[in-house]
Amino acid sequence: MTELAETQAAPMSSLRPRLKIVPIVLFAAFAAAPLLAMASGAEGYVLSLLTRVMIFGIAAMALDLILGYGALVSFGHAAFLGIGGYAVGILASHGVEDALVQVPVALAASALFALVTGAISLRTKGVYFIMITLAFGQMLYFLATSLAAYGGDDGMTLSSRSLVAGSRILESDFAFYWVCLLCLLGAYAFSRSVVASRFGRVLRGTRENAVRMEAIGFQPFRFQLVAYVVSGMLAGLAGCLLANQAEFVSPAFMTWQRSGELIFMVVLGGLGSLHGAIVGAAAFLLLEEFLPEILHGLSFFLGDATRAHLAENWKMVFGPLLILIVLFARGGIMGLLRRPHHG
Amino acid sequence: MNATLLFVQALNGLQFGLILFLIAAGLTLVFGVMDFINLAHGVQYMVGAYLVAAFAAWTGSFGWALLLALPSALAFGLLLEVLVFRHLYDRDHLDQVLATFGVILFLNQGVKFVWGAAPLSVPVPELLSGSIEIASGLLYPVYRLAIIAAGLVVAALLYALVNHTRVGMLVRAGASNAAMVSALGVNIQRLFMVVFGFGAMLAGFAGAMVAPILSVEPGMGDNILILAFVVIVIGGIGSIRGAFLAALLIGLVDTVGRSFAPNLLRLVLDPAAASQTGRALAPMLIYIFMAAVLFFRPSGLFPVKR
Repeated sequence: MTELAETQAAPMSSLRPRLKIVPIVLFAAFAAAPLLAMASGAEGYVLSLLTRVMIFGIAAMALDLILGYGALVSFGHAAFLGIGGYAVGILASHGVEDALVQVPVALAASALFALVTGAISLRTKGVYFIMITLAFGQMLYFLATSLAAYGGDDGMTLSSRSLVAGSRILESDFAFYWVCLLCLLGAYAFSRSVVASRFGRVLRGTRENAVRMEAIGFQPFRFQLVAYVVSGMLAGLAGCLLANQAEFVSPAFMTWQRSGELIFMVVLGGLGSLHGAIVGAAAFLLLEEFLPEILHGLSFFLGDATRAHLAENWKMVFGPLLILIVLFARGGIMGLLRRPHHG
Repeated sequence: MNATLLFVQALNGLQFGLILFLIAAGLTLVFGVMDFINLAHGVQYMVGAYLVAAFAAWTGSFGWALLLALPSALAFGLLLEVLVFRHLYDRDHLDQVLATFGVILFLNQGVKFVWGAAPLSVPVPELLSGSIEIASGLLYPVYRLAIIAAGLVVAALLYALVNHTRVGMLVRAGASNAAMVSALGVNIQRLFMVVFGFGAMLAGFAGAMVAPILSVEPGMGDNILILAFVVIVIGGIGSIRGAFLAALLIGLVDTVGRSFAPNLLRLVLDPAAASQTGRALAPMLIYIFMAAVLFFRPSGLFPVKR
């Protein structure tokens, strides 16, 4: 046993310096982006796209915490985006516009929802867990569509972004960008420390073999539940930011398709590395944004009408691309970066 | 007034439940036998509806359209199996969820590409149009009764097929232990294909039957897929009997709940609050129901013994 553990640990440690480069490059890129955006001329567009990338990066990382480290496939994580978003929207509509109140309320609501649904969901295993988290997500989605006072199906527009201690600092897209980057960094540092702690090791133990963890004296349920709550709160934070970014909240925040997209981001980037989830979110959103143009460019040999038609139906390329990535690129983007080292 | 309304809503619920059963039956078998999560099952329902719409426009007759749509839906299901799903059986659930999610994206856009984004409508067949009086002064559309009848017939056929034929026996054995069935010399790959194609055809049939009463549009399978998952999870994955009972329960709870939740709440709340909460609560009922079932029976009402 110990021998096996040592042989497995060896390549891990030799990988370490290389893998640490990725998050540093990633955050450096996010920090440098506003400067490049200013130079590009279309800074509003670039900033809002990258802000979205960072917000979904937080949400995907939150999901990676339980999916990558706990093997808990939550198919209802978009619900937490909705909780965060609606906490901001509902409080703002009652005149409470300060983020210093909104964010704690959103985090508390997310934690409560995660605690209750997690306690029920974690009694089930495998496919049933996927389905019950999906059901809770749908429950919240329908609750949001029936909130007639807060826009119902159509959602609600925020009159402005949240205040921070009374100041309107977030109105500036640049300031908001930095706040999102700060949140992303904070969430990353926090998740990293959670994963590296004793708690994180137990969680990974339950991923590998829950029965064995129980046999050596840990209760997997408690650790999984705490991880689920932490993950829900981080996703709730992303929801607060998303509502502020769009200045709009609607039930569309928490459709099950959105939950599926979050899972896809995590898997696309590579499970269980945290920064992989951010890379995955970036790849997903950028692909979604630019695939129509890419298709238009690639099909230069076709007629104009066909090219426009192709660009319009980009999802017909996106879907199969998804399938191919699942079938052939195991380990996601981080897996591809890692591969030369093994070979 | 309330008794007749309840009766009509119960009929609607029964009709909805049977449609759900047609979709859930294939899903639960694919799930049970192959341990395969097929999110793309909902788009097969959509494809069935589109096929019948296209064939009805071409032949001008719903009957012919249905006859042509069924084998087409079967062929389409088999095609998907060979192209995509076959490569996913030995992957984990996460990969299956993602790849079939990709199939949904592709096909939802695909039908838009072929038939346009605008909803299509299919005329109710001449023979079954109109309404009949089922109680004094109470009219009910004949076509909805026809859906109920068709659903019950298919359910009975399915029961006979699964419980009293050799293929059915293999399917049940596969749901209990696929590896053992394979070890006993059954071509499990072929069994998978049969189950898959058959499930796709049932979903297509459900889509074809509802095409005249719903609008045929891209994404119409997405929400019903989730309901079908709720059904099979409540019923116990792999159990046809469980799927049947759970489908009827969900159909009734959803339909009756939507029209009666506000009324019931009025007994304990004041009218304005009751209608508000009732409208909020009604669509959530089935999910609350599912959570409750799973809380007490974590593997559904009729778990398949392994």
